[in-house]
Amino acid sequence: MQNDHRPINVNPSDLLAFAWPLAALASITHRISGVILFIGIAFALYALDMSLASEEGFESLKGMMNSPLGMFVTWGLLSALAYHFVAGIKHLVMDYGYAETLEGSKFASKIAILFSAVLIFLAGIWVIQG
Amino acid sequence: MVTQVTSFSRNGMSDWIVQRVSAYILATYTVLLVGIMLLQGDISHADWQALFSQTWMQIMTLLTILATCAHAWIGMWTIGTDYIREHYFGAGADGVRLIYQVGCVLLLAVYVLWTVKILWGNG
Repeated sequence: MQNDHRPINVNPSDLLAFAWPLAALASITHRISGVILFIGIAFALYALDMSLASEEGFESLKGMMNSPLGMFVTWGLLSALAYHFVAGIKHLVMDYGYAETLEGSKFASKIAILFSAVLIFLAGIWVIQG
Repeated sequence: MVTQVTSFSRNGMSDWIVQRVSAYILATYTVLLVGIMLLQGDISHADWQALFSQTWMQIMTLLTILATCAHAWIGMWTIGTDYIREHYFGAGADGVRLIYQVGCVLLLAVYVLWTVKILWGNG
């Protein structure tokens, strides 16, 4: 039986018309945070290079990371890392056969969002404290 | 013409395993580095340099950036084949995807070389 109304191509303008269950939001956020980290590694390597090169580099990096823009970038990257990490752990746990039912996966998505929210909050405090 | 390209390595099992193994390495390094930074509290430049001059830390860091290459490549490849398609990009989609994929590989190559330079070139 062929269902000819299956959506094969989705236009960006259709996205808002979709229902976005929690698991779908959790999934697309995992993808987006991964892309942010892919680009973010450049910032991390830049910082590592500067911090190891010299005492002056280390101190000026500290200064940069304590500027409003620096704090925002640091917190943003740590948040992407926190979410991607927690959502990834969820996948690894599910690999062992846990939370594979519909209800179970909904619950796992909720737990993952809760855990990463806590980590993102803590990362914010850590960044502000310098 | 439709080419069946459902995974990067033409073998979903192998992609799956590489994505998992690299994920474990990345997670371990993340926990290690965050743990060190939290436990040490206020890290001085000398502490920091001493940490990254340890052979085990250099190996872990290089291993992590290599795991990043495998992990990010599978992820970015998947995203590219999901979204860079004729429906959105027209007839040139294959070309756009190729440029995107070459860009991803080049950036990852830069990350590896940069890491090697940071770890062993600053001396």
